[in-house]
Amino acid sequence: MSDTQKHPEIWNLLATIPDPEIPVLSILDLGIVRDVAQEEGKWVITITPTYSGCPAMNQFEDDILSKLKENNYQNVQIKTVYDPPWTTDWINDEALKRLEEYGIAPPVKGTQDKGVLFSEGVKQVRCPLCKSTNTSLISQFGSTACKALYKCNDCLEPFDYFKCI
Amino acid sequence: MKNQLFKYTLRLGDNALILGHRLAENCSRGPYLEEDLSITNTSLDLLGQAEAFYKYAAKVEDAGRTEDDLAYKRPEIEFYNLQLTEQPNGDFAHIQVRQFFMDAFNYYLYLQLKESKDQTLAAIAAKSLKEVTYHLRRSSEWMIRLGKGTQESKQKMQQALEDLWQFTHEMFVADEVDETLLKEGIAADLQILKKHWNTKVNEILKQANLQRPEDGYHATGSKKGYHTEYLGYILAEMQYLPRAYPHAKW
Ligand SMILES: [Zn+2]
Repeated sequence: MSDTQKHPEIWNLLATIPDPEIPVLSILDLGIVRDVAQEEGKWVITITPTYSGCPAMNQFEDDILSKLKENNYQNVQIKTVYDPPWTTDWINDEALKRLEEYGIAPPVKGTQDKGVLFSEGVKQVRCPLCKSTNTSLISQFGSTACKALYKCNDCLEPFDYFKCI
Repeated sequence: MKNQLFKYTLRLGDNALILGHRLAENCSRGPYLEEDLSITNTSLDLLGQAEAFYKYAAKVEDAGRTEDDLAYKRPEIEFYNLQLTEQPNGDFAHIQVRQFFMDAFNYYLYLQLKESKDQTLAAIAAKSLKEVTYHLRRSSEWMIRLGKGTQESKQKMQQALEDLWQFTHEMFVADEVDETLLKEGIAADLQILKKHWNTKVNEILKQANLQRPEDGYHATGSKKGYHTEYLGYILAEMQYLPRAYPHAKW
């Protein structure tokens, strides 16, 4: 992540833009803003997509542009980069806690499953409601591209898991 | 070389777009809710990958076209997706077998491409690989589950394998574009890819108690823009709106 000391006024504004699908996280919590720079009288905000097909990405761009415009930054350009690829490891610890309180089990850090089949990628995901680790995977594909569907075997509630990439 | 790189990138985008479109046709038709979400999420990943490849292709071409022009304003003969990707959905067995063949292909393709000397292709491949890893696992599981399921599911899977096998051959046919870029360290080596693909397919078919079909007639030509009759219908549906209302905006 780039130097946030350089243009703190812009970074502070970006910190107030929520993820449209998971409003407890800001776009800075997710780590998708890679750089803020001033080039030839233009503000260039560099972002990286979370999932290739994430429909929220267009929303992020619109939100960044309108937030900066509201605050009198007129000449803003958004640049998308793919390298290095986004990873859930960039979500900060404090944000992971907020995610769990919101009812979404946070990604278990640094555990991108390597197994060939889902059954080989078994890992301990904690139920965000009752905190039991006695949970099981229902589907690797949940309500959005970034989530898998789990159920808790103790409190019997289904819940979303923010999956690792 | 610019021309070859444009074509190579376009092909990657076309494979992702057409397969993504086919999967999107299943939206709301999944056998149950979770699988409906899986199919559409996979479709979304593919459409996102297509967008990234098209953006780069447009940049390489440098002729003022955008990613949308490439998706919506090219005729059939200028699409270079593998014929496998355009095959109709048919039953669930055909959807999953087509997906398994393509997931295995994409997985080993991106594994090589992430080391490409072309930095943009390498970056898109590294990103896509993370997503395709999930796709491959999902379709592998379906192969096994349905292959080892009931007599009927096994028979349907075997039929889908027999029907689609003829389209797998052209995955590994290299042309002048592949060869030129391979020498430059940009493209994937299709012979290595073929070896990995075969190993994976054999491994999963064995676990699924399914038979690897015999090699026989095989379709080719997509790298020259030759397609089966199905692609035209896909494009007609996909391109109708932007062609009829070229200035339409959301
Ligand atoms: Zn619970």
